[in-house]
Amino acid sequence: MASSSEQRSSDPASQEMIEHAAACGFELAWDRYEAMLPQCDFGKLGICCRNCSMGPCRIDPFGEGAQRGICGATADTIVARNLARATAAGAAAHSDHGRDITHALLLTARGKTEGYKINNEKKLRKLASEFGIETADKDLKVIATEVAELALADFGRQEGELRLVSRAPEPLQKKWRQLGVTPTGIDADIVRVMHATHIGVDTDPLHLMKTLIRTALSDGWGGSMYATDFSDVLFGGPEPIRSHANLGVLRPEAVNVVVHGHEPTLSEAIVAAAQMPDIRKEAQDAGADGIQLSGMCCTATEILMRHGIPVAGNFLQQELALATGAVDAMVVDVQCIMPAIADYGKRFSTRLISTSKKAAFPGIKHMVFDEEHALTSAKELLREAIEAFKERDPKEAVVPDVVEELIAGYTVESIFTTLGGTYRPLFRPLNHGIMDGRIRGVAGVVGCNNVKITHDWGHVEMVKELIRNDVLVLQTGCAATACAKAGLMRPEAAEQYAGKGLQEICDAVGISPVLHVGSCVDNSRILLACVEMVKEGGLGDDISELPVAGAAPEWMSEKAISIATYVAASGIFTVCAEPFPVMGSKIVREYLTGGMEDDLGGMLAFERDPIAAAHLMIDHINKKRAALHLSEMMYEAREPVESEAVPAK
Amino acid sequence: MSRKVFQAIIRGSHEFVEQAEKVWQEAVDKHGEGAELKFPGTAFALPMILALTGRKVQTLADCEPVLKHCREDLLHAAPANQSWLPYLGHGLDGGAATLFAQEIVCAIDYLNGYKPQEGYHGFLTDTSMRELGIQLVDGRMPGFAAILGPAPTEEIAVDVVRELQKRSILIFPFANRDGKTLKEQLDNQKVQMGWDTYIVPTGPRTLDGIYVLNWAVRSALTFGGLKPGDFQKILQYSRDRVFAFGITFGSIPDDWYATGAASILMGYPVVSDSEDTPEVRPTGVTTYEALVRETDYEQLVPTCIEVRGVKVKVEEIDIPVAFAAAFEGERVRRGDMQVEFGGKNAHCVEFLRMVDMEEITDGEIELVGSDIDDVEVGAAIDLGIEVMVAGREMQEDFEAILERQIHRYLNHPTGVMHIGQRHLAWLRFSKTAFEKGFRIKHIGNILYAKIHDEYGKIADKVAVRLITEKDEFASLLQRAREAYRARDARLAGLTDEEVDLFYSCTLCQTFAPNHVCVVSPERPGLCGAYSWLDCKAAFQISPEGCNQPISKGRTIDAAMGEWENVNKFVYENSNRTVERYCQYSLMNHPMTSCGCFECIICIVPEANGVLVVNREYMGMTPIGMEFSTLAGQVGGGVQTPGFLGIGRRYMLSKKFISYEGGFHRIVWLPRELKDELREDLVARAEELGTPDFVDKIADETIATDGASLVEFLTKVDHPALKMESLLGVPGSRRD
Repeated sequence: MASSSEQRSSDPASQEMIEHAAACGFELAWDRYEAMLPQCDFGKLGICCRNCSMGPCRIDPFGEGAQRGICGATADTIVARNLARATAAGAAAHSDHGRDITHALLLTARGKTEGYKINNEKKLRKLASEFGIETADKDLKVIATEVAELALADFGRQEGELRLVSRAPEPLQKKWRQLGVTPTGIDADIVRVMHATHIGVDTDPLHLMKTLIRTALSDGWGGSMYATDFSDVLFGGPEPIRSHANLGVLRPEAVNVVVHGHEPTLSEAIVAAAQMPDIRKEAQDAGADGIQLSGMCCTATEILMRHGIPVAGNFLQQELALATGAVDAMVVDVQCIMPAIADYGKRFSTRLISTSKKAAFPGIKHMVFDEEHALTSAKELLREAIEAFKERDPKEAVVPDVVEELIAGYTVESIFTTLGGTYRPLFRPLNHGIMDGRIRGVAGVVGCNNVKITHDWGHVEMVKELIRNDVLVLQTGCAATACAKAGLMRPEAAEQYAGKGLQEICDAVGISPVLHVGSCVDNSRILLACVEMVKEGGLGDDISELPVAGAAPEWMSEKAISIATYVAASGIFTVCAEPFPVMGSKIVREYLTGGMEDDLGGMLAFERDPIAAAHLMIDHINKKRAALHLSEMMYEAREPVESEAVPAK
Repeated sequence: MSRKVFQAIIRGSHEFVEQAEKVWQEAVDKHGEGAELKFPGTAFALPMILALTGRKVQTLADCEPVLKHCREDLLHAAPANQSWLPYLGHGLDGGAATLFAQEIVCAIDYLNGYKPQEGYHGFLTDTSMRELGIQLVDGRMPGFAAILGPAPTEEIAVDVVRELQKRSILIFPFANRDGKTLKEQLDNQKVQMGWDTYIVPTGPRTLDGIYVLNWAVRSALTFGGLKPGDFQKILQYSRDRVFAFGITFGSIPDDWYATGAASILMGYPVVSDSEDTPEVRPTGVTTYEALVRETDYEQLVPTCIEVRGVKVKVEEIDIPVAFAAAFEGERVRRGDMQVEFGGKNAHCVEFLRMVDMEEITDGEIELVGSDIDDVEVGAAIDLGIEVMVAGREMQEDFEAILERQIHRYLNHPTGVMHIGQRHLAWLRFSKTAFEKGFRIKHIGNILYAKIHDEYGKIADKVAVRLITEKDEFASLLQRAREAYRARDARLAGLTDEEVDLFYSCTLCQTFAPNHVCVVSPERPGLCGAYSWLDCKAAFQISPEGCNQPISKGRTIDAAMGEWENVNKFVYENSNRTVERYCQYSLMNHPMTSCGCFECIICIVPEANGVLVVNREYMGMTPIGMEFSTLAGQVGGGVQTPGFLGIGRRYMLSKKFISYEGGFHRIVWLPRELKDELREDLVARAEELGTPDFVDKIADETIATDGASLVEFLTKVDHPALKMESLLGVPGSRRD
């Protein structure tokens, strides 16, 4: 029997749509998951190898059958190679995204894009000065060209070190160099993994770990960081902004356009096009009350952060949004798009359109978008949606009346001004809050949704537990959307859920205890926030000394593997819910959950129970507080607030 | 809820900016855009705007971009009641907008002829900032309190102010509630106000708070050496170095909140006595809590001190009245007087002498004769104060230095006034002090405690005898006079040539890192506070301290006062910036200045002489610069031939710019300075055989420009006109 809607999701809007979908006979990810059970245990343990055609080989985990592959690869080698490839795929996804944004900046600087301009001169100049580019008397476009060219060169760099590595605290850079994991070039490091994991190349599991860590770092301190920086330059640096989240943002009376995927280039153009008078008139003429734009997954967070465009939902809500029958167009680009959504194009008038030259989907119309015709393409897409609206059967549209307010738009730059305004931009109040014992520490809670854990429950329960214990939480991506929907990103949440010390800080600054810092490439913002905390002083000389921790309570993608690895390799203790597929190798498992800390100051842990995971993080933070000889916490942790969510399956 | 605070701050900042825009528009209509804006007695234009934005506002037109900046960048919407956006940064921006708007409104007030009301100070000059500001930043003065509005009762007003004074904390009352002010309350309670008593009301409006803050911000520019516009460093300096805080009485209106945000922006917390004030306790912008409630008036001042982290050395001396430097300027007028010692109708002598260790018992205070319980009100009686100090490090040379402290110490108890020194001392006790139980023997308690406290390194044992008995008094007077004569002979005979050691003073390197004072017997420190003997004593007291002996070494040029080792010392200790240094020359490698100088000497080329202008003089000098402008030329540890910061008594020295001809070069002095030093000036003139010289020195009543100065000098036949050309005095042989 199918699991209940409460077992599938802790989010009321999703529960309602899960039931609706069941009633309509729509198949959802959870149904497919249940049909898939039992899942392959060799795969879970990471001990099957398909890297050559002598195989597939698989190692018997009980020590009775085959203990080595045909070539002689042990379980340790196979696990390490598989993990390295997954890391490379994740890093490639972020970094290719970063490359596209950098390229878009270059095209814009050359006057070859339509509708884009440099929106954040201040940040561009700051980057130029960081890159050692002379800016005096230079045209902004020339500066942008030089900056973009230098950044693009980092993708193809063949020797030396990635430019942004220098942003890390000195002691961390030193650790990387000592271990030999400092990234060289973004593309080259990914290629290195693919080569090293080919049959008969690198078979030493610990040596492979270094190769994969280097690649992950080239994502965190390379591709992702460039993606964030240049998105800010092109589309503007986010500032705190109010918006809404959950399926209730869909308005049956409007033309509903959902942008889904990851890269902001197209969605930015759609935001601009949706405000153009001719398009608005066309929507009005079609009988619609305007165009309601909303987002899904990280595309949602990009346009939320910069424009306050509401978020329709996170990863596991993509089918649910379409199941409402109220979506006129879902425009997708890359990453985390379920091919299953194609079904809804047949059921409703909904237009499903894929736009990336990198990604086509069977049953989904492929209209390749390019920056040179951004606005024109965007208008074309919106016109498709307006046509669909005309065809939509209003009786079929079912939208849950569930929506929550949130504040997003926090970045390293905007945290400075949030704390100190124009004349006192500083991190001091944050560091002080930690040193005084009002804030226990800071946690980054990020990542995806995963059908193996009740949707949103892992995020929300962990975050509530953390803030109850006075841990300030920074979030990105689908994790952020989960907590936004649960009301944790409203400033009122401090009084409702946070411990007294954290509450005092939130009250003084006017923030929620959980801060939205953007999309999954924006995890780079969390790294840089840590760098600023180190710079502000009083909390040690390296990220690994800070009382901070990371978590991915519902992770599922290869990108998450890359993120967790670069975060840990930057010195941050990181808990992932679903174990990495490494349990088949003692060497790899022990390195990631132990030895890595000796080398780099950070390590991974695996814990499915979000409350238990939160306490691993709190214990770690307490350990770091003790090492820094910080004051005792000012107040006891708050009593837990009764949770309505059901436990995970 | 902090949100309510920030809503009020932002509303208040909008009001101030609107007011400034309106006042500015009216002023432009009335005076035209080119009309000049300035505050009296400052070289920093509109100091707050200059410090934070780097803009030098000198005309109405210059205000326009500042107002635009306030309106467009600094004014935000007040936080909503639900799902509000973060407000701390917006509130601090509101504080900045408030500072700029208030400063513009007040500058326009002055353009419109504003004169502070009786008893209020309005804009506070650079001079006051230099004098007291240095004490604030180097820690001698523990901090200042800006107090908004009247206290709930006059008794509380006095209590709070006394508590602050007791801790030597400077007090700036301003703002009113329904027309009532703290100043009025203090007036009614006959509390003396002014710089001397540490109570400086700036004005009755909320706006008048800007005078406190734009006074404080100048310390970052002057002593911190920070560049205008370097706002982050300036605000950090003010947070870390200026221990200030605000006190508000009663519930806080929006305009006070906005002013409070301005104060918090500068790092100064605010303490409110009102039940309904929400607290903002987290730290970071301020060192400790930002906005704190304290409804118990007894705890108000201690809470302020705790919240600001002010370091106060509370003087615990066993006497029945309060004791602090803040009472130094207090006068005891005849009508308030219980008894006096010395003055016209009696004698008072104070004499400190070195004794052997076994001669005295530490802490012994003996009264010889009767105390004043039975003396009739208003009487004058003879009093002898004999202080005996023994110590392994004590020397006869220190006697005079320690004795001179008696004046300072006896002015610190409230209700006691001390004037003069030696056998010309004059002491009064007020009726209030007497009623509280203050008696002659308490003088002993004070001197015993303070000498141990400040000179513990050299004084191991201190005993005091207080004498009202006739014969004992006569005997003391005679012994004292003999000692004074011997001491004077020793001091008077002391010339630069007679000693091998000079002393350095690098006390001011905390704020002028390249400056070194070289103090010789005939040239005191430029602050006027350190003589050669002082430095010698200070070195004994703390051998690692700021006063180090300099052995003169080989003489390079006796006339200019250049010695090999002095050069070496100055070079090493000026961070290798000053290579040559001449003790007696104004034009050749003169001494640098820190910023504390009592007076400035400056050449007047057309008169072939120099003028000397003191800090207190606010008017124009014949070279077209006011003191504050000149100070900008002289300070900061840089050699500026033709300009010199000096202590006023250096004018009387034989070595006063002796290389350029000395005393006779003086062509102009401010009237007040001339009058104050007249006796000594005349004596020095007589010594030079020119008894009428002092009357040939011009002052501001005679000339404030070069032409009329020369005209006067010619008329009186001033000797400088006939001296060798000042610009032509050749340098040393090495040049």
